[in-house]
Amino acid sequence: MKNPFDSLDKILEHRLRLQIVSVLVANDSYDFNALKELLEATDGNLATHLKALEREKYLSVNKSFIERKPNTRYKITERGRTAFKKHLEAMEELIKQQKK
Amino acid sequence: MSQNEPYQKDLESIRQMMERSVKFLSLSGLSGILAGVYALAGACVAYYIVHFPLSPIDYRQESIQDKDVIIKLLSIAVAVLALSLFTGYWLATRKAKAQGVKVWNTTSKRLVFNLAIPLVTGALFILILLWHGHYGVAAPACLVFYGLALLNASANLFDEVRYLGYCEIVLGLVCALLPGYGLFFWATGFGVLHILYGALMYKKYDR
Repeated sequence: MKNPFDSLDKILEHRLRLQIVSVLVANDSYDFNALKELLEATDGNLATHLKALEREKYLSVNKSFIERKPNTRYKITERGRTAFKKHLEAMEELIKQQKK
Repeated sequence: MSQNEPYQKDLESIRQMMERSVKFLSLSGLSGILAGVYALAGACVAYYIVHFPLSPIDYRQESIQDKDVIIKLLSIAVAVLALSLFTGYWLATRKAKAQGVKVWNTTSKRLVFNLAIPLVTGALFILILLWHGHYGVAAPACLVFYGLALLNASANLFDEVRYLGYCEIVLGLVCALLPGYGLFFWATGFGVLHILYGALMYKKYDR
């Protein structure tokens, strides 16, 4: 039988990255400051993990200016959505097995 | 079991983040109750302007034709709306503070935007109808557009708002069939339903 541990997504095993992806799955898009407020993360920490997710092509980035202030919006990609789904299924499977 | 804990926690945090990023959860049930009370008070004043001495459940045979009366009724409706919005905002600010979140965030901005589109459309539409002298359809149009606004915003609110929206729409359509009961339906939709809904929400989420 396949070991569900192998199906866990290594990128999403980090709590903050998992939270970022959950927010983006539930919303069309979210900007940096709103994410920061919602997740109560520091600028540096959040930026690092967003970069990591961007590198994996789990999310797409759109930079623009609103009233001359830079505004960065993030969107989930199909790849990110699939990874999130698979990761959730693996977690469910692990919990189920543990309960047996 | 201990091995399981991080995953349980992960799943819990996913659920929380998805909900908190979409839904504005600081709306107080009490504001629903108070909005209903304002609406009933407004309807009472309106009753003495248009219906009296007819009993409130009697059918009004002809629609109002007097512009002065319409302006009085419009002012009552606007006062009820303003008072309800103010109370809702004030109570939401208090609840948000208690929850440790900001009242004006991405979610509440989306909520306001989603509510505003059908509401502003409805308000303009009703004003145009009044302008043309179609006074009888004002009350049902209020209910229908308000119901549509609630449906449109229900994704950003507690799920129960959807059912309040359905009720307002049905009530509005029935009211359109019986325009002589306009005031009665208006009071039911904005007064009684708000009080019922607010009380339910207060019991479920505020205690």
